[in-house]
Amino acid sequence: MRVFLAGLSIVAGLATATVAIPAKADPAPDIGNWQSVLDQARGQTVYWHAWGGEPRINDYIAWAGAQVQERYGVNVVQVKLSDTADAVAKVLSEKTAGVDDGGAVDMIWLNGENFAAMKRNDLLFGPWAEQTPNFAYVDVEGKPTVINDFTVPTMGLEAPWGMAQVSFYYDTARLDNVPKSAQELLEWLVKHPGRFTYPQPPNYMGSTFLKQILTELVDDPKVLQQPANQTDAEKVLAPLWGYLEDLQPLLWRNGQAYPQNGASLRTMMADNEIDIAFSFSSGEVSSAIEAMELPDTVRSYVFDNGTLGNTNFVAIPYNASAKAGAVVLADFLMSPEAQLRKQDPRYWGADTVLAMDKLPEDMQKAFAGLDLGIASLSPSERGTVLPEPHPSWMELVETEWQKRYGVVQ
Amino acid sequence: MSRNLSPDNTTASGLELRRVSIRLNGRVLVDIDIEIKPGEIVTLMGPSGSGKSSLLAHICGTLPSGNAAGFEVGGQVVLNGTSLDGLAPQDRHVGILFQDDLLFPHLSVGGNLAFALPSTIRGRDERQKRIDEALESAGLDGFADRDPATLSGGQRARVALMRVLLSEPNALLLDEPFSKLDTELRDQIRTFVFDQARLRGLPTLMVTHDPDDGAAAGGRIVNPV
Amino acid sequence: MAETLRRGPIDSMLRFFPAFTLILMIGPVCAGLIGTMLPAFGYLPALGGDGISIDPWRDLLLQPGLAISVRLSLVNGLVATLISLSLVMLFCAAWQGTKVFVVMQRLLSPILSVPHAAAAFGLAFLIAPSGWIVRAVALFAGWDRPPDIVTLHDPMGIALIAGLVAKEIPFLLLMTLAALPQADADRTRQVALTFGYGRVVGWLKAVFPRIYPQIRLPVLAVLAYSTSVVDVAMILGPTTPAPLAVRILGWLSDPDLSHRFLASAGAMLQLILVLVAMAIWRAGETLAGFWGRIWAEGGMRAQGDGAIRSFSAGAAVLTATVVFLGLASLLVWSFAGYWSFPEFLPRSFSLHLWMREYDMLGAILGTTLVIAVLSVMVAIALVLGCLENETRRFQIPGQGVMFLIYLPLLMPQISFMFGLQVFFTGIGLERTLISVVIVHLIFVLPYVFLSLADPFRALDPRYGQTALCLGASPARVFWGVRLPLLTRAVLTAFAVGLAVSVGQYLPTLLIGAGRFATVTTEAVALASGGDRRMIGIYGLLQMILPFAGFALALLIPAVVFRHRRGMADHNRI
Repeated sequence: MRVFLAGLSIVAGLATATVAIPAKADPAPDIGNWQSVLDQARGQTVYWHAWGGEPRINDYIAWAGAQVQERYGVNVVQVKLSDTADAVAKVLSEKTAGVDDGGAVDMIWLNGENFAAMKRNDLLFGPWAEQTPNFAYVDVEGKPTVINDFTVPTMGLEAPWGMAQVSFYYDTARLDNVPKSAQELLEWLVKHPGRFTYPQPPNYMGSTFLKQILTELVDDPKVLQQPANQTDAEKVLAPLWGYLEDLQPLLWRNGQAYPQNGASLRTMMADNEIDIAFSFSSGEVSSAIEAMELPDTVRSYVFDNGTLGNTNFVAIPYNASAKAGAVVLADFLMSPEAQLRKQDPRYWGADTVLAMDKLPEDMQKAFAGLDLGIASLSPSERGTVLPEPHPSWMELVETEWQKRYGVVQ
Repeated sequence: MSRNLSPDNTTASGLELRRVSIRLNGRVLVDIDIEIKPGEIVTLMGPSGSGKSSLLAHICGTLPSGNAAGFEVGGQVVLNGTSLDGLAPQDRHVGILFQDDLLFPHLSVGGNLAFALPSTIRGRDERQKRIDEALESAGLDGFADRDPATLSGGQRARVALMRVLLSEPNALLLDEPFSKLDTELRDQIRTFVFDQARLRGLPTLMVTHDPDDGAAAGGRIVNPV
Repeated sequence: MAETLRRGPIDSMLRFFPAFTLILMIGPVCAGLIGTMLPAFGYLPALGGDGISIDPWRDLLLQPGLAISVRLSLVNGLVATLISLSLVMLFCAAWQGTKVFVVMQRLLSPILSVPHAAAAFGLAFLIAPSGWIVRAVALFAGWDRPPDIVTLHDPMGIALIAGLVAKEIPFLLLMTLAALPQADADRTRQVALTFGYGRVVGWLKAVFPRIYPQIRLPVLAVLAYSTSVVDVAMILGPTTPAPLAVRILGWLSDPDLSHRFLASAGAMLQLILVLVAMAIWRAGETLAGFWGRIWAEGGMRAQGDGAIRSFSAGAAVLTATVVFLGLASLLVWSFAGYWSFPEFLPRSFSLHLWMREYDMLGAILGTTLVIAVLSVMVAIALVLGCLENETRRFQIPGQGVMFLIYLPLLMPQISFMFGLQVFFTGIGLERTLISVVIVHLIFVLPYVFLSLADPFRALDPRYGQTALCLGASPARVFWGVRLPLLTRAVLTAFAVGLAVSVGQYLPTLLIGAGRFATVTTEAVALASGGDRRMIGIYGLLQMILPFAGFALALLIPAVVFRHRRGMADHNRI
């Protein structure tokens, strides 16, 4: 590898000498001096690597980009990804090639495991998020997940962008009574075999379902907030495996095949392959109705004892080319104006990270006046938000699930 | 006609194969020493696979060389007093006819002839004139714009010969040129080719396994080894 | 003697084409390989792997269901290739030289321009328990919910094999068509007929042995692709567990970056797997050749082959029908309003989504086209240069060198990408058009090579000899004789290359660092949202450029050589 890298650097020297690609070093912005950040940001282009699977979200990102261009002279380009891991891989490859400055990725939309991995491997720039002006509006007290990403303290390495909470949905035209707990779901499936499933772990949504069940069944949910290796993990997980033992044969296709992601669940709902599905945002269901992916008789609900909730964030890689620009963009994304539009189901329909009582009065009114959409849950309908377990639990559950159910042949 | 097409005969001394030998992986295919006078037609007779075609390719300069091909050549090929060894095929002025006419299917009959016409002949009109004359002498007046694929076998054979002659060769090589024609046509084309070769004073080496060809040529008949 | 010939400047340059091609390829390919190999043995300093260890391999072997994944990849690859090849050969045997043949080749060739993923989505919507076929039944049977049966993602991988076969048949047919004239198939077939052989048996005994050596490379490419396919496998293939390549993708995309070591070991295993599949295939070739000779010499005539002929025509029609119905479903989806089971057609139609994409289309198609045309032009120039050099120098490059060119096809693309990214970032060319073109070239060149090499090598060498002896320079022989004779083959290679380039997702995204938005980067990103309407729109958009390419490959020779009947042999489609 050393020889390989040495060879590479020689070729690199030649290439840069002849082609002269500028690899601009971007000095770390002085976040405390906001005006200097704005000055530094002006004229920069921020390449924002963000999942691009939803046209409405892409449109929202384009709108935000146009706003920061107009206000701060920062150019924003969304690099549409099918998988956030591609952006992480990009930064990793740059680190391997020794590109510690002038990297290709300026900002990533991420949370949970991706954040934990990037933080652990020193791939992030910061801290910066908590010193930005609009962070003052963030509901740190009411929504602890805005500074604890899957229990991992964010430490200002990422800025909260949106809230997500597991919600189930069903078609009122087909179903009257819906199961509102893990146990009820099992009983319901006995009567309606094959009419429910979850995406195949380690898909994010699939693993989330397993964590939801685990959180509900575990004797003391507090153990899940600690890393798995600090407890008797086998004992903690036993109720989950016991539950799945009964659930698996009742699943769609008897658990021999699984949908591959949350989007497939939505399609299967429309195709009448299943009766109950779930997503990370009830606003997404309203959007899907608007986009004619789901019938307008679909409604959302949550389990009686609450459902998992988390926050998604934007982070800046350690070698980003336009750090100041990215900070300015991230700050704008946390602004009441941007968050208001984000929560509006006409544009996106995702929950805000801001605290209403910290906002100016006109903004509070604007938020209160939003029509959240027919399948969206109002704050009062959402019940308890359960905290995400420590990421190590997810890894453990995924590995063990693969052993037990990932091989049916 | 012949004034225009025949090569400059003043220095013509014919085609000499001086102790030319070809080996394939050690096996002797050809070992020959012969002199062919201008206008003389020599027939090289031998069974298929005996390396006769390799000899012709060697004279043309298109015999695969190098270790991969496995051919080893010796001796010297001399045309009109000049050694051909080391010359590129296109600089040798050696024309060749195969058993297939090999008219280029993407070109018209006239296009095929124009392809062969040396670039030293300049001027659109002059070049067209040469082509028309050649077609006329082959009894194919007005065929210039025809698609070769629409011609009969005999017509194609004649076009192929005229194409070779238009390239102003100093020697003519024939590689079983009549074997694919039916009997009636064969005599007719054979006579036509031999007449043209003699008329232009071309030293001609014909490779064949058909004794009739040799008899019709009326010249010497030799063996490859 | 050729070594001593006088040469013009171009001729001298030509000698360097093979070396130049290799230099262009060797850096990225080796980087890709090394970038996979080192982490497979625990070396990846950016993730703290500083030493050599076999832990990744141990982790890999401990993965549940690994043996099944390996079996699925191997068996699916071999079976899909065998079925595709058999159907194409049977079809040619039964119908070559007939009107049916011409009609079917016209029908099948557009399928080449359908991206694999789009064809797979189409097929999925067709055969899913809630798909079009079941909906048609449901209309009459009065079902209101789809049957709970496994069709897609079946554990045996039958749906996956079907998807691969439907897509590979047109490719192999195209390659066979290019080989037919050089194998003198028409006359050979007629000779066999006069001996009293049935059409099919006569063809198989007399023509097939001459065709097969010419299409061996494309067949091996199909085998490599089918063994390591990811996108089609994700849409149609088994998931419990999935074939190896899909699982590698999963490990590489795992947020836990330490899975990359495991993924790299998996990628090496995948490479070995492809090589094993090829070894098995070659062994099969030998066996088939042995039994085939005995069979051919046995003299069995089998004149009553009507059943085989109907079967092969039926299979061809079925292939075309399935793919076209799948495409039709994409088209309907792209205009669909709400569309639920068991409705056969959507309740309403809307132009809305098309309009939304319309504005960006020009720029996106433009970028796609620039990258594709540049990389394909370079690929064709390099391949023609290499082939011409080999003709002039009577040498065929060693197998070792060729292996390097085909290496990018043998490995899962995603595992290759890491090393490639490091390479291009390291030489400071990442994010530039030139690096995107080069990385496309890596995947385009093998396909251009295998589309062009056989027809080029099979060209009657006496055309060139004749032309040289007529006094034409080697350059003139190339431009004036060989190239025109190869018009169809070159244009076909161009179209194939174009389709390959347009289809590149990861190389465009990662090496271009998102700076180059193409139809495919947009399509794949939007497809991840799962809305069939967007999948439909971009599936169709992805087809536009390759389709134009194949249409031109068909039209140009037909127009230019409309008065040259003899070119038909060289320009068949």
